[in-house]
Amino acid sequence: MTPKFLKELFCQMLRIRMVEEKIAELYPEQEMRCPVHLCIGQEAIAVGVCANLSRDDYVFSGHRSHGHYLAKGGDLKAMMAELYGKETGCSKGKGGSMHLVDLSAGFLGATPIVGSTIPIAVGAAFGTMMRGERRVTAVFFGEAAIEEGVFHESINFAVLKKLPVVFICENNLYSVYSPLSVRQPGCREVFELALGHGVASYQGDGNDLFDVYNLAKSAVRRAQQGDSPTFLEFKTYRWREHCGPNYDNDLDYRTESEFQGWKKRCPVEKLKKHLVKESIFNAHDIEAMSEKVQKEIGEAVAFAQKSPFPEESRLMKNIYA
Amino acid sequence: MSRELKFSQAINEALDICLTRDPNVYLIGLGVPDPKGIFGTTLGLQDKYGSDRVMDMPASENGMTGVVIGSALVGMRPIMTHQRMDFALLSLDQIVNQAANWYYMFGGKTSVPLVIRMLIGRGWGQGPQHSQSLQAWFSHVPGLKVVMPTTPYDAKGLLISSVEDNNPVIFIEHRWLYNLVDHVPEGVYRVPLGKARVAKEGKDVTIVATSYMTVESLRAAEILLKEGIMAEVIDVRSLKPLDDSLILDSVRKTGRLLVADTGWKSFGIGAEILARVAEEALTDLKSPPVRVALPDCPTPTSPALSRYYYPRLEHIISGVRKMFGLFDKEPFKPEGRTVPLDVPDKTFTGPF
Repeated sequence: MTPKFLKELFCQMLRIRMVEEKIAELYPEQEMRCPVHLCIGQEAIAVGVCANLSRDDYVFSGHRSHGHYLAKGGDLKAMMAELYGKETGCSKGKGGSMHLVDLSAGFLGATPIVGSTIPIAVGAAFGTMMRGERRVTAVFFGEAAIEEGVFHESINFAVLKKLPVVFICENNLYSVYSPLSVRQPGCREVFELALGHGVASYQGDGNDLFDVYNLAKSAVRRAQQGDSPTFLEFKTYRWREHCGPNYDNDLDYRTESEFQGWKKRCPVEKLKKHLVKESIFNAHDIEAMSEKVQKEIGEAVAFAQKSPFPEESRLMKNIYA
Repeated sequence: MSRELKFSQAINEALDICLTRDPNVYLIGLGVPDPKGIFGTTLGLQDKYGSDRVMDMPASENGMTGVVIGSALVGMRPIMTHQRMDFALLSLDQIVNQAANWYYMFGGKTSVPLVIRMLIGRGWGQGPQHSQSLQAWFSHVPGLKVVMPTTPYDAKGLLISSVEDNNPVIFIEHRWLYNLVDHVPEGVYRVPLGKARVAKEGKDVTIVATSYMTVESLRAAEILLKEGIMAEVIDVRSLKPLDDSLILDSVRKTGRLLVADTGWKSFGIGAEILARVAEEALTDLKSPPVRVALPDCPTPTSPALSRYYYPRLEHIISGVRKMFGLFDKEPFKPEGRTVPLDVPDKTFTGPF
């Protein structure tokens, strides 16, 4: 990775972090009237994977999709407007935070039923193969998705047809408040379950951009060469509550010390330290970058706030094509 | 000279035409290329188009429905088949949460052009999990279209229209119709979705029927004619969208309504059509309307019980007589029926 490229990836991670923090800051104003699932703490996975994809490649995601949408090149203004329920939103205000889409960026859709976009991503890969197109499809989901039957149905078909698809499992240890220990047996790792399907399967540090980038690079190459789909499990941690802007460690479903442990492994800070150490950039550069991003976010929020709501006439539109 | 085809052959021909006309069309489903070819409807198509376009699939109804949806999002036009509607229930998340909502929830960015053929039936011990008629469920969901052809002519024309439609279409075929023979023109023609058909004109009572119940309704109409009652039989053809105006016009003319459906009575197709007529044409009704439908119990397997379960022409006749105040007359008993009640005709000997 060149210094310029690394700088770009850092900027993307910082941008996702700052967008999510801005949403958390503004959410109490009660103007974003839809559930939001923030990905603070998980930014490296979105950026490290999407850095290996081109605009023509496809991405699908689930409920916690802001980072994936932005990393794939989704339009920030359209996303913010969607959260505000506006006509200018990426889904014209009909989807909200859980239904982001940007076709021009190859982000084909995110939906919140756990695991439900996994077969759709496999189908997109199947479709591109049938149409003779050279595209890779990546799908992001949490570790609870592998508890869904549809995950196994999908991965079985992807292996059967050697589809150009990359499965990215963000293992953040909790499904809402339910820890992994009450949902899956401790005698195997998440990625080992995928191995049983005959798919190339790896585990990495989801808070380390380099680890994510390198594993994703091999997975995308494997898909491009038509060898096999790949399953990637990245261990990570969401900092805030499952849904909403707050911290919720006081609820005692997880410990403060566990959270602090993960916070010390902040993916953004980790990359920043590396870049400063390698003299790729200095504190001044970071400040300048941060200011630029803050300005962009400010403009996106202003755009969203100023945009009109959909009119009554929109209610019964777009039911049928 | 008019060419005649069976219902199953008409479906086969429609699939053949769709595969020829559009390289993005493909057929998928458990048993699609097997030696029996889904009651003959897919026979010969894999030989003609290859296994890349006419294919079997893993027994993963939900996952594979997601797969066909994903392929539709990137330009394909899949036709998926379930030999029994009951198996499609495994895929309700993908059909309802995903396919039906997709166009709306993403602000009209991408639609899901997809046909899902679901087979229903009756009799021959199909029982609780091999014969359910759940068209009302699918018709409840905005974003889906629901089609139920009766005649071979309509089966071909509606299937071509469904494949060319840019939305998810649930295409419901009744197995007792597969041997029905009708004039079916060669080549491409379309029957539009959302348009009902007057199968028989009449002035005294409107019988609105779905799928196989249209056949029973036409038989009932012949017998009622001998009693001096001229029944108008409407074959609904499309449940969603529903051709309200044709039904309402007929009811305004006849003043009487009976709905004969292959599904359950409660919250069913009959309930919906009665409600729409009540909302728009209540004062035109000369007598309370009647629903002929399955009683609200699971499907029994024994032929002894199934004779009390499946509605037939005698139920339609009784319903119409009731509307004319002919309660006390002997219930109609079909004379000289030699075909057992649990098969469509003498040629049917099982096993499914």
